Amino acid sequence: MPARPSWIPYALIAPSVVFLAALFLVPLVQTIWLSVSAGDGLSLENYRRMAGDLNFALAVKNTFLLTLVVVPLQVVLALGMATMVTKLDKGRDLVLWVLTIPLGISDLAAGLAWLALLQNTGYLNSALYALGLIQGPTGWLSQETPVALFFAIVLAELWRATAIVLVILIAGLQLIPKEFAEAAEIFGAKPWTRFTRITLPLLKPSLQSALILRTVLAFEVFAVVYALGGRNFPVLAGEAYVWQNDNQNYGVAAAYAVLIMAISLAATAVYLRVLRTRPEQLP
Amino acid sequence: MADIVIDRVVKEFGSFRALQEVSLTVNDGEFVALLGPSGCGKTTLLRIIAGLETQTSGRVVIGGQDVSHLSPRKRGLAMVFQNYAVFPHMTVFENVAFGLRMQKAAAADVKRKVERAAALLHIESYLDRYPAKLSGGQRQRVAVARALAVEPAVLLMDEPLSNLDALLRLEMRTELKAVLREAGTTTIYVTHDQTEAMGLADRIAVMYGGKIDQIGSPLEIYATPATRFVGGFIGSPPMNFIKVRCSQGTARIGDAALPCPVTAESLELGLRGEDASLSADGSGLPFDVRVVEPMGSHLLLTGAIDGQLARIVAPPTAEVTAGERVGLTVDPARVTWIDSTTGRALARA
Ligand SMILES: Nc1ncnc2c1ncn2[C@@H]1O[C@H](COP(=O)(O)OP(=O)(O)O)[C@@H](O)[C@H]1O
Ligand SMILES: [Mg+2]
Repeated sequence: MPARPSWIPYALIAPSVVFLAALFLVPLVQTIWLSVSAGDGLSLENYRRMAGDLNFALAVKNTFLLTLVVVPLQVVLALGMATMVTKLDKGRDLVLWVLTIPLGISDLAAGLAWLALLQNTGYLNSALYALGLIQGPTGWLSQETPVALFFAIVLAELWRATAIVLVILIAGLQLIPKEFAEAAEIFGAKPWTRFTRITLPLLKPSLQSALILRTVLAFEVFAVVYALGGRNFPVLAGEAYVWQNDNQNYGVAAAYAVLIMAISLAATAVYLRVLRTRPEQLP
Repeated sequence: MADIVIDRVVKEFGSFRALQEVSLTVNDGEFVALLGPSGCGKTTLLRIIAGLETQTSGRVVIGGQDVSHLSPRKRGLAMVFQNYAVFPHMTVFENVAFGLRMQKAAAADVKRKVERAAALLHIESYLDRYPAKLSGGQRQRVAVARALAVEPAVLLMDEPLSNLDALLRLEMRTELKAVLREAGTTTIYVTHDQTEAMGLADRIAVMYGGKIDQIGSPLEIYATPATRFVGGFIGSPPMNFIKVRCSQGTARIGDAALPCPVTAESLELGLRGEDASLSADGSGLPFDVRVVEPMGSHLLLTGAIDGQLARIVAPPTAEVTAGERVGLTVDPARVTWIDSTTGRALARA
């Protein structure tokens, strides 16, 4: 192969660099700038107001709690589903298609659908009432029932966003040659051992991608929470929304946005480090 | 004791019959090669013996126990895969130790047995490396060491040398033979390479189109092929087949006459290129030489007998030129007579 001029790779990625710079980098810098400028100079005033807000600690706690519960559950569910789907001989595409339908629904629509199920006069209460389990309309999503509200949000998030993990893991599973599991089976590994000793380690690169994507998205959770609980369950992205729209305070909203980004970057860094696959261990 | 009895095994993939009533007995400690062209069902048969595939009908009996419906790990065997299937995320040591770990062997035992298997295959020096850092030949050794470390009663190998270059293949073949002889393992070895099968096996089962055409020692298979296919598949150059007419027990080709069996309507003379020699006076089977290829150890002559393509092996110093007609002397005891309609060899007199 003749040697290529060294500038060609740069020229080829230039359009996407320009695109990213215009639509991502500029707003990012603006947001950071906005968050550190108050009145007539640089200050951390916006961050002080953010941290001093009544809902701040709660929003941080709720966001982390939700992420820590939802993401692991989604990974476990998706692993189980992916294993089953890849074992199917017939109708695999149909099953996969059905399982991924929630991905095509916007998160706000998903939240509203679950609201229709779970609100006072929703389908759940009608069913429970018909079965004689409750006396009348019962609230599940109010401030008085924080635990029920939390589980309702977890349920809706699981329904809405597990499929993206599933899709990534199925793609990953299909990359693993079946001889590895067969060899393990010949040498005496039972199904669970094959899963933990062979499949999981070889699936690590896909798990890493899925975890990064899902975790970052989980820290940004907003529409489902807003639809089901309003401000009864404050989360970081919701607070940014409130400061931006209700309070018209763009500086504090920007501070929230920067905080979410910092948390996401930190989580990504952790995954990249903890779940890294050393090059010599690649197949 | 681990003999293997394969009893009328049939395998269908949908409407396609990959194996048709295959039966084969492998004695304890024996090395049997499954030899055949690509797509004839060798891998399918091996996977059925291993339990990775379920037969449509028939039985597999290992060491007197019917294992037809047991899972692979309960069959007490080890396997070397064609593409090695060495675990990329484990060191060479852990790869070789895998079977022992699954048996929950004591740590000291694992270490001792891994080291012995590693020494046998000369991979001691890279036990703590990862497979990605190894060459094809080294990975191959790891796969064999992993199989031998569990001291299996039965060892299955699927074209274990086919991914190696020619020189390495020859070297590994010699080593494998020595190692397996010493271990005394009952071995079934799948290959499409006849020299590999001839060199390694006690007996060869030649497969063709989902059936076993012939089972026998390398010499038997070479000298007395049971079918036209076996004759044509084994040997280099392959056996020549010349259509002849047999009348009253004699087949005439030019001025040569060979005694022939009269049981079949149309006959073919199966003649190995090495079994014909150039006659001094030009008498015998007339052979029109078209191409002469000096191969060093011999001359390969391509031409026609009675207008039909034939390849004959001559001594390296023979004086033959292209375009010449020479006479061939043939020992009637060393020819094979084939019934053209069935493709099967006729019983020898
Ligand atoms: N899982 C399968 N589904 C359908 N056909 C198969 C399958 N496995 C093998 N076959 C077919 O069975 C025949 C024998 O295959 P195989 O045993 O792999 O041949 P070999 O190892 O001798 O090259 C081939 O024609 C192949 O296409
Ligand atoms: Mg094969």
